Amino acid sequence: MIDHAEKAAEFIRDEPRTDWHDESLWFIRHKRDKASQDVPEWEQLRELASGIKDNVLSELDHYLEQFEANALQNGVQVHWATDAAEHNRIVHSILKKHGVSRMVKSKSMLTEECHLNDFLAEQGIEVVDTDLGERIIQLREEPPSHIVLPAIHLKKEEIGALFHEKLQTREGATDPGYLTEAARGHLRQKFVEAQAALTGVNFAIAETGGVVVCTNEGNADMGVHLAPVQIHCMGIEKIIPKAEHLGVFIRLLARSATGQPSTIYTAHHHRPRPGAEMHIVIVDNGRSAQLGRSDFRNSLKCIRCGACMNTCPIYRRSGGHSYGYTIPGPIGSILTPGIDLKAYSDLPFASTLCGSCSDVCPVKINIHEQLFRWRQIIAQEGYLPSGKKRALAWFGKIMARPAWFRFTGKVARLALRILPRPFLYNRFNEWGKARELPEAPRESFQEWYKKNRR
Amino acid sequence: MKVGLFIPCYIDQFYPQVGIATLELLEKLDVQVEFPANQTCCGQPLANSGSEQEAEPAYHHFVDLFHHFDHIVMPSGSCTYHVRKHYDRIEQTAEVQHVRKNTLDLSEFLLDVLNLQSLNARFPYKVGLHQSCHGLRGLRLGPDSEQNLSRPSKIQTLLNMVDGIELVDLSRPDECCGFGGTFAVGEPAISVKMGKDRIADHESKGVEVITAGDMSCLMHLEGIIRRQGKQMKVKHLAEILNGVQL
Amino acid sequence: MGKDSILQAIRQNKPAGRPLPEIPIFPGREITPTEQFIKMAETGGSQILRAAHVQEINAMLKNLFPEARNIASPVPEITSTINLEEIQSPLELEQVDVAVIRGHLGVAENGAVWLTESACRHRILPFITQHLMLLIPETSIVPTLHDAYRNIRINDEGFGIFIAGPSKTADIEQALVIGAQGARSLTIILTAF
Repeated sequence: MIDHAEKAAEFIRDEPRTDWHDESLWFIRHKRDKASQDVPEWEQLRELASGIKDNVLSELDHYLEQFEANALQNGVQVHWATDAAEHNRIVHSILKKHGVSRMVKSKSMLTEECHLNDFLAEQGIEVVDTDLGERIIQLREEPPSHIVLPAIHLKKEEIGALFHEKLQTREGATDPGYLTEAARGHLRQKFVEAQAALTGVNFAIAETGGVVVCTNEGNADMGVHLAPVQIHCMGIEKIIPKAEHLGVFIRLLARSATGQPSTIYTAHHHRPRPGAEMHIVIVDNGRSAQLGRSDFRNSLKCIRCGACMNTCPIYRRSGGHSYGYTIPGPIGSILTPGIDLKAYSDLPFASTLCGSCSDVCPVKINIHEQLFRWRQIIAQEGYLPSGKKRALAWFGKIMARPAWFRFTGKVARLALRILPRPFLYNRFNEWGKARELPEAPRESFQEWYKKNRR
Repeated sequence: MKVGLFIPCYIDQFYPQVGIATLELLEKLDVQVEFPANQTCCGQPLANSGSEQEAEPAYHHFVDLFHHFDHIVMPSGSCTYHVRKHYDRIEQTAEVQHVRKNTLDLSEFLLDVLNLQSLNARFPYKVGLHQSCHGLRGLRLGPDSEQNLSRPSKIQTLLNMVDGIELVDLSRPDECCGFGGTFAVGEPAISVKMGKDRIADHESKGVEVITAGDMSCLMHLEGIIRRQGKQMKVKHLAEILNGVQL
Repeated sequence: MGKDSILQAIRQNKPAGRPLPEIPIFPGREITPTEQFIKMAETGGSQILRAAHVQEINAMLKNLFPEARNIASPVPEITSTINLEEIQSPLELEQVDVAVIRGHLGVAENGAVWLTESACRHRILPFITQHLMLLIPETSIVPTLHDAYRNIRINDEGFGIFIAGPSKTADIEQALVIGAQGARSLTIILTAF
């Protein structure tokens, strides 16, 4: 089970580093604000995007069939995977057919979700992540801490040391320009050697049977246009109906993600290049089940911009790894309970329900309301810690009985006034570890009212 | 116009002066305000902890106490939001619907119902406004920094009626303070860190008094301020509007 | 098995039909599309130049990239050192210093240029080259992406792309570095031809 509170406390122990992490992400949130303000119709676009996705979810089967038919027509090979294991087997079978032993990959949260790299490594296939941030964490053998900025938790000194060890850069070198140049050289070699290239998918267009992939570095294109086999892996929810809808989503995506008006590269793939093969793997892995949960289905609208992470005051101060899942932050906290309610029962409580995530979301997912709803299900299924459950049951009884409420309140205030400090501030008092308890007045408002107004 | 006053449980017990200020302010404005006896809690702490079912008796109790009023007013955006938004789980009788529709945060009642234009209050201090999240993003009491929508801020409008007040601009105008109900004890490390960061923002702008529409945020911030031995004070919006002095 | 079971689950679980919203025509800006394009492209790290005749481009290339040894361009008027028609494998383009490609249109709101596979001759060319130069008629610039998608057909060719600047990354401490895996610079020539 994930203990978010414990992991967060560990993260915060280094307070200057926590501040640095918080400021880095707040800076991106701020850039997002400015970029969104440059678009007068921003709020209208969010509404449109949400509406288009509503339609997609309500006709997802038709759109997927239309997409497949058009992709086949385009000469693309289409595969369907019910779960992660099937997805991994499909990718492996494509690679095996072509005798591939080296593959390059651009960012794909789906393949992270399916643990594709580990699976292929076991089959003796080398997978190289080619997005710089992804490559950094791959060399460190750790998962990404953010879906758009995978290495946002690392300092340049740490990356410098890593590159010195793995890529033979100068010892002590920390200049981002120098380190990026070293990675460029290293990755160019990998691109040239690769026998296959795999990418994620930002949007799949039903009407045309093509996929759109957005990057800033150009790594996805370097991969797929050099290798003889190109593979795109997509969740079923990546479908949009028509090409014209790309206008809406691409206007929102990068502005929400990093505050850029668009990513540097927005690639539209429809047919294999002459002499090469193009495959698309369509993956369910729990998504159709989420579609059946009416309170939670619109989490499937997510376009993976990461804005909810950048804005979340808890994510910024606990880091992506504290969530224990590929997709951290607010959106991760509403996706994970549907995957394993018990294992991730902590995450919907890792929130103050401040609502910033829902208001920043470019497709208007009501994230904080879904967190509230997951909490109800977690409690109903009996996954609340037992002490908490008992306390809540008592609280409920007291609040329905005015005389009990008055009595308990009076006793509590009295205790606060007369008990010596060690009785009040001890290891059982989570409030009091770094905060004073409120000063207890002799009279409650109700007592005052009785004396002064009746 | 019959107005029922609800004083949230923790204000009743720990901050009676906020209840008194709210009552006195309404009386000064000639509102016929009644405070029904036997009030407890709106049920929010239970529901936010996942125990909506256990909260239902509290919901029914609240509706029983308040359904015969034209307006139900409370000095809390958070409790208001809870009644309006989350009382959807009990049977929607005419009484329940009436209560949900007519429960108002103090700032909404003053501006939207009373159409208040001016106030006789003075508060000559540098004040930092903490935008409580449920009021801001739940009740939409003002514009938030995430959305590009212009709506007037009700709490700022009211504070601007106070003589001598100096409202400061914060670096992060509407970041959460980290209270979050049981979050404050469930995730104490982050909760306190968020509170410290908010206080530092106010402090760097020379704020003498932090105010908010919700006392729960202020209870949390005050707990940290006092532990750190800082001089800053916290005052609920109702206290300032009612002419409190330091 | 995969396909049928997935579609079956979707049919069982999907919500009631929701209409597809219409995309309205959004009001124009005060700034002209060309002005906005230049502003956004420069913000994104592109360099903007103008040319009245295609012959000027060869002189520009000499000026901008005096060191360049390998120049590749499907544009017939450009003096190339590499014959793209003879290239068998995309790997042969690894040594290209500068590529000059005709774009189809420009987008004012993000400084992006739409290129198609046939204009690149080889899909890899705009990425593998060290430096990229794109030519677009000034009259081709449209205000927004909505306008762009109304003016192109994304599946006319097997591959098409919007390029909005030189390759970049900010993956190391959010420090912006130009020249990640793709072209190190982007020069956009607004043409009068």
